Amino acid sequence: MIEAQRRVISGWGRTSPILASVAQPDLVDNVGSIVRNSSRIVARGLGRSYGDAAQVGGGLTLDTTHLDRILSFDPISGVVEVEAGVSLDHLIRMLAPRGWFVPVTPGTRYVTVGGAIASDVHGKNHHAVGSFGQHVGELTLVTADGSLQTASATSNERTFWATIGGMGLTGVILRAKIQLSAVPSAKIMATTQRSGDLDSLMSDMSAIDADVPYSVAWVDTTTRGKRFGRGLISHGDFAEKSDIPANVNPFDLGLPDSVEIPVNLPAVTLNRATVAAFNELWFRKAPKRASPMLTSLADFFHPLDMVGRWNRIYGRPGFVQYQFVVPDDGAELIGKSIRAISATGGASFLTVLKRFGPANEAPMSFPMEGWTLALDIPARIDGLDRVLDKLDEKIAEVGGRVYLSKDARLRPELLSTMYPRLGQWQEARRELDPAGTFTSDLATRLGI
Amino acid sequence: MRDGLGAIQRVLLLGGNSEIGLATVKELAKAGRLSHAFLAVRSVESGEVSKQRLLTEIPGLNVTILHFDAQDPSTFQPMLDSAFADGAIDCVISAFGLLGNDVSPLEDVVGVERLIQVNYTAAVISGTLVVQRFRDQGHGSLVVLSSVAAERSRYDNYVYASTKAGVDSWSSGLSDALKGTGIDVIVVRPGFVHTKMTEGLPVAPLATTPEEVGVVIVEAIRQRKPLVWAPKTVRPLMSALRHLPRPVFQAVAKKAGN
Repeated sequence: MIEAQRRVISGWGRTSPILASVAQPDLVDNVGSIVRNSSRIVARGLGRSYGDAAQVGGGLTLDTTHLDRILSFDPISGVVEVEAGVSLDHLIRMLAPRGWFVPVTPGTRYVTVGGAIASDVHGKNHHAVGSFGQHVGELTLVTADGSLQTASATSNERTFWATIGGMGLTGVILRAKIQLSAVPSAKIMATTQRSGDLDSLMSDMSAIDADVPYSVAWVDTTTRGKRFGRGLISHGDFAEKSDIPANVNPFDLGLPDSVEIPVNLPAVTLNRATVAAFNELWFRKAPKRASPMLTSLADFFHPLDMVGRWNRIYGRPGFVQYQFVVPDDGAELIGKSIRAISATGGASFLTVLKRFGPANEAPMSFPMEGWTLALDIPARIDGLDRVLDKLDEKIAEVGGRVYLSKDARLRPELLSTMYPRLGQWQEARRELDPAGTFTSDLATRLGI
Repeated sequence: MRDGLGAIQRVLLLGGNSEIGLATVKELAKAGRLSHAFLAVRSVESGEVSKQRLLTEIPGLNVTILHFDAQDPSTFQPMLDSAFADGAIDCVISAFGLLGNDVSPLEDVVGVERLIQVNYTAAVISGTLVVQRFRDQGHGSLVVLSSVAAERSRYDNYVYASTKAGVDSWSSGLSDALKGTGIDVIVVRPGFVHTKMTEGLPVAPLATTPEEVGVVIVEAIRQRKPLVWAPKTVRPLMSALRHLPRPVFQAVAKKAGN
């Protein structure tokens, strides 16, 4: 039996720390017995979900990061089979030099494959290829009785789609086969272009998405008047070999060593004035006339990974990442939510806007066709709870939803409106886990 | 569960008829997350009145009355067993206590012992049992009602003041011991609060209401503050009083008492 350690864990936003029992098995063979001997358990990867999804107070948190073997790789088809604790960072380092890239990456490489499936993560290419779960060929799950189940989109489909975006509540994902994308190089031909206000940012983005596979926008939430919601669109695609100068190795990853924020900064570090000053510099750093530039994978996909433990810049109270999606006819909520957050006096340091393509079959998957906005807000802001509650209601009204992997504070009553297929998912989960062995603080808080 | 912005879903009030405690529960409910309140009371019939009050003011709230007698430690564990039986308790408010104005400190030894038992011993023992359960569930906020009297006792309240000084000292150290564990201990030092317990007593300066104390407590829970005064202005006042020369303090206390 694996000894559990008692230690304090929290999500990336650090708002909900708990004293937890954490077990870290080295072998997938041990997971079954750990699950069988637990009455409340949830898997945790690299702890990048922001709220309380990967922890369970009074139960056992199963740390999967030592289940990190790459089991097989087929260089013809590009299918890789991995244990769930393998990080995207590891996969990229191993396989990008051979011309294969993860099909979907979120804004950080430091997530595990298990976490990417359980959150059904999306990336800059959602409008083109969908979310992570759509590239999973097959997954192996330890269910509540400790037995193994394999599932794919063509066999055991219900279990498969309930697990994609299922927040770890259907079982512990042990292994998965992922279809990688063939890439001509490990460099991006990237363009950063300015848009002077929110309306032009959104229309520019809609136009760009028809032509490029990767796109995302950074929004300045500190500007007012004519410059309200100005931003930068970053878009591009993998560089062809012909675009790369002869003295540059096209498959050199150029992944930098990160520097780390050594301690918690005082909670006041990020205030309206410092964020506005940073935003001004950031906006001006982008060229007035946009032109494609050869960019490293890290600079394009994971700029924040260059600063380790950057969540410490919010100090001890932590921060909330509020990410929601609204269908096109609710698009006015993008501007409204930026205004509402600004009115609290809180400034969102990193605000990211993106267009999603269509939703997939997974009932609890977050992405759906429309606009998604993610705001990082210090938790200490007075009145933030009420402002977000009101936004939730408006978002639910237009058929939108918030992202559970980011959530730390949604009112439970709104969940079934935001996720209309919740009942269907709960049925599948009940069949897999009638006693509710797989649970988390998020599940308890939301009453699921 | 407590949410990321400090809103509470399930609360246990030790001293379920405490006006400050009930006002705090109502204030907690304003975040729209409170689903269950447990009222631990000595007499179940008297708890029924508090329950009805909460039910009219907080629609949809589940309220459970539990038997708890501060003078009978054998009631503590069964009460906690019931409260923690079907899920985590995010917050426990320890609000029971006696003012002891009817106790003559040099004549009524039984009364003095009762004050110590209820205000100090029971607060420390029940608090210890609560923190054990918080450790098992991994999180929780224990709110301990101290008093400004804990800071400096007077000629006319020194038994009460000494019990509060003891419980204040215990909770402050405990709070530090648990820092960074996901478990918070919050010491609350109210000034004079208008309640049935203080009815008819001479009103001290900066007197406040249970509702105002409730607001201060809920803010402290959200912000994980280890120590708060209610009203906040009583802090500089007590700071000044604490440093007054003894004869001056005695004169001030006598004057305030009359």
